[in-house]
Amino acid sequence: MRLIEKIVAWFDLRLQLGAPIGDIAKHQVPRSSASWFYVFGSAALTVFILQIVTGILLALIYVPSAGEAWDSLQILNHNVALGWFIRALHGWGSNFMVAIVLIHMVQVFLFGAYKFPRELTWIVGVLLLLVTLGMAFTGQILRFDQDAYWGLGIGASIVSRVPLIGPWAVRLMLGGPIIAGVTLSRFFALHVFVIPGVLIAFVGVHLLMVLKLGVNEWPMPGRIVRRATYLQEYRELTHKDGVPFVPDAIWKDIVFAAFVLLSIALCAVYFGPFGPSGQPDPTIIQTAPSPDYFFLWLYALLSYLPPSAETPILLIGPAIAIVVLLGLPFFAGEGEKSWKRRPIAVLVILLLAVGLGALTHLGTYTPWSPVMNAWSSLPIPSAYLRGRTALERRGALVFQAKQCHNCHPR
Amino acid sequence: MSTETRSTSRRALLVKVGLFLNGIVGVALAVPIVRYLLSPLAREKNPGYQSWLSLGQLAQFPAGQTRLATYRNPIVNPGDGQTANIACWVRNVDDRTFQVFAINCAHLGCPVRWFPQSNLFMCPCHGGAYYQDGSRASGPPERGLFQYQHKIEAGNLFIQAGELPTPGQPVAIKLGGKSPCACEPPCA
Ligand code: FES
Repeated sequence: MRLIEKIVAWFDLRLQLGAPIGDIAKHQVPRSSASWFYVFGSAALTVFILQIVTGILLALIYVPSAGEAWDSLQILNHNVALGWFIRALHGWGSNFMVAIVLIHMVQVFLFGAYKFPRELTWIVGVLLLLVTLGMAFTGQILRFDQDAYWGLGIGASIVSRVPLIGPWAVRLMLGGPIIAGVTLSRFFALHVFVIPGVLIAFVGVHLLMVLKLGVNEWPMPGRIVRRATYLQEYRELTHKDGVPFVPDAIWKDIVFAAFVLLSIALCAVYFGPFGPSGQPDPTIIQTAPSPDYFFLWLYALLSYLPPSAETPILLIGPAIAIVVLLGLPFFAGEGEKSWKRRPIAVLVILLLAVGLGALTHLGTYTPWSPVMNAWSSLPIPSAYLRGRTALERRGALVFQAKQCHNCHPR
Repeated sequence: MSTETRSTSRRALLVKVGLFLNGIVGVALAVPIVRYLLSPLAREKNPGYQSWLSLGQLAQFPAGQTRLATYRNPIVNPGDGQTANIACWVRNVDDRTFQVFAINCAHLGCPVRWFPQSNLFMCPCHGGAYYQDGSRASGPPERGLFQYQHKIEAGNLFIQAGELPTPGQPVAIKLGGKSPCACEPPCA
């Protein structure tokens, strides 16, 4: 024991990290915030660390070349011991990460945590959401299969619709005239260097602000946030009714982190890795590309928007959504925090959840798409033919022979 | 003025000089970096964005039928693998009139498929459909299929291709923007 203490002391004399870490650990947080509702931020961080570790492990085998990426994924799946498991962990980790980040955001929104003085924490959080979605999309591209190839085509087509700069933006996105090796290389650079770098920086700032400003207290209906008095009130609250972060609050974070990691591992073992689907060969057109789970709602939306409204909605919609999210703490920076007194906030969340849920559900069975492999001479059920005129039966024959089943299944 | 403040102000000046030098070096480095990043935009320097290439003998495309054809993209890099193979649909109307459609749906680029019995192109993604002449039939596409310019030389069908057709592109708008029936080849 003495030896360990000596070693620790040796390091601390040089690093001088013991005191600040001790301060962080012991800093007082409102007793009410040591709650199970407050575990999602740290859970997102835990999954992010898992993604870094599994990502590095995958990079040991993966080849970021359009000609070889797909084969290297097959090798990971079949030839490398437990390669499939690492791929599955990374894939499921990404799904969990997006989900947890969204839950965290909803919780922060409903608890009014974005209000003064935590506006910037919220803004960085919104940027973190965008960056996380960026990771999810670029990651899906690195799984360089048919879905990834045509997904890039969809991305390029959307980008091309931007007025004026569209065609140039497409070429910058693809790195050349077509979707090819350079395209994969730049998405690899984005997924592995650029976006993670940004993500780590933002996470650092986000965490720093959580520590400096203190975690949001549990919102009480009627306790109004005012810029003039809030800081003082918060200080009093943590003094009077505070508990040290370690161990009173952190044990829940730790337990939940373990639960999340276990869930990811179980999903990975049970469901296995995602794909890859068919080879990224653009001459194989027998394919029905669809995006990963978190972009299915967009896929459905793209099918239902009327053609004339599509471009404006597609280009302006996300911009408006981002501006609203970023601007939220500025037009609602004070006032009531509790969701019990903010019916509109609750309604907005419900509306979004129902809308996105419905679109996602539609995206899973694509009622708008022709059944490309419907057997065209599938017989018309005899119930429809009984007692029909000769002409009507002739019509049934046409229906049967003209591949009408593709779009009009029974 | 005491010696101390004089020397600090001199050092402050030196800091400024140092920053200025870094600024110059920074710009000198930024210019090539930005040009490197923007290199995909320099079309003139990348020949082959639109070049003539053969789809093969005319005999492969019987009159009155629509057949899938493939070609290798004019620009190929070593790492491209299969992605440089591109497919397109060739419609031989009457042995004199041809139409060559891009495989990419005019909505968001998914691969359209030809269904000979129903005489329709259908898209697997969002349910877009096109008539046999490439004009829009239904679904989210705003326009008909993209068409490649083509010519017939020495019994071979040539098309001008090399760039992924996307809805916002000037080339794409030029090609097949109106109903293809309305124009006789060479479709320009
Ligand atoms: S890409 Fe063909 S309908 Fe959307």
